[in-house]
Amino acid sequence: MEASLSGLLYGFGVALEPHNLVWCVFGVVTGNLIGVLPGLGSVAAMAILLPLTYVMHPVAAILMLAGIFYGSMYGGAIGAILLNLPVHPQHAVTCLDGYPLTRKGRGGAALGIAMMASFFAASVGILTMVFASSLLVEAAFKFGPAELCSIMLLGLIAGSTMAGGSATKGIAMTLVGLVLGIVGTDPNTSTMRYTFNLLNLQDGVDLVALAMGLFGVSEFLLHINHMAATDSSLKVAVGDMLPSKEELKKSFFPMLRGTFVGTLFGAMPGTGPTITTFVAYALEKKISKTPGRFGSGAIEGVASPEAAGHSKSQVDFIPTMSLGIPGDPMMALILGALLIQGIQPWPQLITAHPDVFWGLIASFWIGNLLLIVLNVPLIGVWVKLLRVPYRYLVPSAMFFIAVGCFSTQNSLFEVGEVLVFGIVGAILTYLDFSVAPILLGYVLGPIMEENFRRALLLSHGHLAVFVEHPISAGFLVACALLLAVQLFAYILRNRRARKQPYRESVPLEG
Amino acid sequence: MAVRKNRDGINKNYYGGMLIVLFGLAVAATATKYGIGSLRDMGSGFFPALVGALLVLTGIAITVQGLGGGGATIHNEKPQWRGWLCILGGIVAFIILGKHTGLLPATFAIVFITAIGDRKNSIKAALVLAVAMSIVAAVVFWWLLQLQFPLLIWNPA
Repeated sequence: MEASLSGLLYGFGVALEPHNLVWCVFGVVTGNLIGVLPGLGSVAAMAILLPLTYVMHPVAAILMLAGIFYGSMYGGAIGAILLNLPVHPQHAVTCLDGYPLTRKGRGGAALGIAMMASFFAASVGILTMVFASSLLVEAAFKFGPAELCSIMLLGLIAGSTMAGGSATKGIAMTLVGLVLGIVGTDPNTSTMRYTFNLLNLQDGVDLVALAMGLFGVSEFLLHINHMAATDSSLKVAVGDMLPSKEELKKSFFPMLRGTFVGTLFGAMPGTGPTITTFVAYALEKKISKTPGRFGSGAIEGVASPEAAGHSKSQVDFIPTMSLGIPGDPMMALILGALLIQGIQPWPQLITAHPDVFWGLIASFWIGNLLLIVLNVPLIGVWVKLLRVPYRYLVPSAMFFIAVGCFSTQNSLFEVGEVLVFGIVGAILTYLDFSVAPILLGYVLGPIMEENFRRALLLSHGHLAVFVEHPISAGFLVACALLLAVQLFAYILRNRRARKQPYRESVPLEG
Repeated sequence: MAVRKNRDGINKNYYGGMLIVLFGLAVAATATKYGIGSLRDMGSGFFPALVGALLVLTGIAITVQGLGGGGATIHNEKPQWRGWLCILGGIVAFIILGKHTGLLPATFAIVFITAIGDRKNSIKAALVLAVAMSIVAAVVFWWLLQLQFPLLIWNPA
């Protein structure tokens, strides 16, 4: 407890160093901008800026990437509320009531509420992180290879089954990611695996090329000539953003409940942000005395999911930083950046790299505060940016992707990789596979293989080691439960489908 | 059951599952060449073989779901050949021109080619955009960020 507080103070010292502060500011501003711009996802944006961090100090690099991450969430709410444009899927549910509010002329107030809810929820999320960290330090010393392997398995299963869509397909994508992680030189035996005799693949598949191919190029391929032009008659003044007393009163408890939902989901590794916001919205609708108002401009429907999304995204850093289990592709990228900097995300991270951990936590507050200060006067600029046509954005983004890939290794081979992954991503998305778990598998694969081998080496080849250690056994039980729930849901769905044999086709699973 | 085709088109789970099965088989088959080893002393092929086998199993599960009618069907959407070819062609042009002529022509090509892939863009708009991005490439990436990518070279080989 006291250690946490002194750690936090130390963190503020680190985060306020001018050098770190500048990169934090750069990150949140870029994130906010990217979040507003339609068409360019925040994963692609982070991937483009990732090569920049190779030459940076680890603390500054992480502060910047984290800034892009939560900055883009503030920006995403603007498009969702004002234009019914869910730039990021987690804001899709914000559109439901946010846009009707805009049509009623209360769009500014909805934005104001969304920002307040975001800031409040992020603060709660940060506090949770601060206090959970002291528990984690204690648990850290009990983690060996078997425990790490089991918890990663849990993370992978959770990530693939709960990311949305069919669970089986999610698992398949995680496995594909694991294969991509294997490509390159085996650190134990120096065997070249899946390199097709290409020298450039010796160091493995490039993280930036993979992320930009799957989330950038493939999106463009799927949506070219499909993006509708946006309404351009909108104006929001700074004064409009002040919610009325009644609106404030109505959204106070939804904000608390949303924060709670988000914190809960953040502690569960592998649950995506989209499902979190949907659960928060559903909960609000369920306990509301007037559920009929939802969908036609209920301010609660904005406050709760926005709060949930933000507390979730902050708490998400706990499993990512301490256990190496990212909750979504953006977290996987942050994890990748940590690994590139030579920082192993494991329970000892807090004690081994206090500057990174506490600096990051402190920067959350600084960054979130900055976003509020930034968004209020700049709202007019953001609204204008929302109207940048897609037909100018895509070609420019393609250039940034190509140059970003080149800069990772100063070689054109990585640009070729982005082309391949773009096509692969488009085909998979077209076949209703969600590509996010690929990144999870790719980042976790090598660490998991290493610990798997080490655990079995230490136990002389006895698989029982995974169930004999109580912590590891606990994680495996959780894995089994997760799979059992999925199986049960699948059987239940099938039975229901069989009862209605005349239905044309079963709707999308999950 | 042969190809599942109805008037809506083809089943996404059926083909997706098959794709995963084939990929898993290829991964597992290649893994055996790296040496499987034993649980006590794993070879380089052990983990990939395991992943490949799991891929085959999940692929079969997905295919079976497709046979049972689960999952959406592919509708006969209009293919966007122009858009697709321009996006992919832009990258190819960037690689080829980047290798033989330098950053400026490569930048111009990728932006211009991608831009004309969008039906709403005119040739003139694409030209303006390509020139603008070429300036960004030269000023921001070559000059400010000191990217190791020559602006203009000529090596036809």
